[in-house]
Amino acid sequence: MIQGWSAVYYREALLMRRRGLKMLATMCVSPLLYLLAFGWGLGDLASHAGVPYLQFLVPGLAAMSSMTQAWSVAGEINVARFYWRIFDEIQSAPVAPGGYVLGEVLAGMTRGLLASALTVLLGALFGVHPWCGPAFWLALMLNSFFFASLAVGLAMLIKSHADQAMLTSFVITPMAFLGGTFFPVERLPDWAQGLLLCLPLTHASRAARAAATGAELPLTSLALLAAAGIGAFLLAMRNVARARD
Amino acid sequence: MIVLDGIAKSYGPRKALAGVDLHVRAGELFAYLGPNGAGKTTTIRILTGLTLPDGGRALVGGVDVAQEPTRTKALCGVVAQAVNLDQDLTVAENLEVHGRLFGMPAPLRASRAGEALERLEMADRASSFVRELSGGQRRRVMIARALMHEPRVLFLDEPTVGLDPSIRRTLWAAMKRIREGGTTILLTTHYIEEAEFLADRVAFLHGGQVAALGTPQELMAGLGAWAIDALNGEGMRTDYFQGREEAQAFGSSLPGPFTLRRVNLEDVFHKVTGRKLA
Repeated sequence: MIQGWSAVYYREALLMRRRGLKMLATMCVSPLLYLLAFGWGLGDLASHAGVPYLQFLVPGLAAMSSMTQAWSVAGEINVARFYWRIFDEIQSAPVAPGGYVLGEVLAGMTRGLLASALTVLLGALFGVHPWCGPAFWLALMLNSFFFASLAVGLAMLIKSHADQAMLTSFVITPMAFLGGTFFPVERLPDWAQGLLLCLPLTHASRAARAAATGAELPLTSLALLAAAGIGAFLLAMRNVARARD
Repeated sequence: MIVLDGIAKSYGPRKALAGVDLHVRAGELFAYLGPNGAGKTTTIRILTGLTLPDGGRALVGGVDVAQEPTRTKALCGVVAQAVNLDQDLTVAENLEVHGRLFGMPAPLRASRAGEALERLEMADRASSFVRELSGGQRRRVMIARALMHEPRVLFLDEPTVGLDPSIRRTLWAAMKRIREGGTTILLTTHYIEEAEFLADRVAFLHGGQVAALGTPQELMAGLGAWAIDALNGEGMRTDYFQGREEAQAFGSSLPGPFTLRRVNLEDVFHKVTGRKLA
């Protein structure tokens, strides 16, 4: 059922290693800009429940980075399918759909967790204590698992680079801004809270922030992320199995 | 080794394959010919599990491709028409990934990659990045990669398209060696001289069906041995003759210039389909 996953992951790992510093530098750009603009620029003007804004912001940024970088595996698959045609080579090998999905999802999670770690380190440069607690990383791991699985599943449905860009614009970018990264969702009216609680990133931000600030861990959020991740993984397996003319 | 039984495939209203029946014997180098868009690549994609047929049955090594795709994929090596190597990886890394995809153990991966590159005269470029290679070298790497897991059947989809004649001949020699090693090869091409030089048997695909099938010699003998090309009011006309003298005499009787030449497979295709290969 998962035959070939290590080969798929090995290929992605080779490509990540080859891009090395370039990839790491790219991962730092967005969080650094947000830290400078919202954290440094506006940080002194705000706090939430007695927590300085920078300390509030960094866990949200770490969750956002894990989402965007895990999602970026869709772009890699897209290039492999439509530009380099590597996907055909993988499809011609005795690799099970589950194996392909697992390899790509693990690659997405690797990117996501690397980007989160870099965000935490950048936060430390701005004076925010870096967290290493297991609950914090569990939240980010589940978040990257969900978004990498979703990325693989949707990458099988899209037909061009333009479709890929459209998905990112309509799904990922709004979620980055509305999923509890920059502001506490609890301050919004009930109806808006209800809507934003449908976004997986809201649950990831909430869980990561709770773990980082020592608040009570929202286990429901973790359970929802895990369930959504499993659902997205199964969808991805189905779509890979159907990705034939 | 390869059986196609009534294979049909449509893309929207266009019928790419309309009931193809074919049997390729073990150890044979079989050329599958047809003009661009005839359905050659679709056939290979069906045989390698990348495309599902609308009807019919495809077997490789006695195993149904649609029923057991993972099992049949392990038997096949595929050299696609488009270069599908990882440009950011080295030649050796591309082969390493391939070996892992086919579940080969580490020591075997290293030795087989070396052997395959040696066979295709690419061993000295193992540590080069693919993006540094010429078109012909990339093709050779693709063939080496496809051979690495020692497939029983090798699918070569237009492997020499776009390559200059000298590189094409290098690849022909490589294909001959692979066939002599006992691997069954299904080669698609629209280079007629390639099929004549390499193939044990040839099938012409036209209108989504096999229009002619046989050895190159059998197919050409059906027309004659010599051909006269001459221009008339309606365009080029070709006549076929068994003897050279007979053909020469006919040409001399024509009012305009003519060309005397040997019959080739393109003549067979033209006779069967009324079209030229292109």
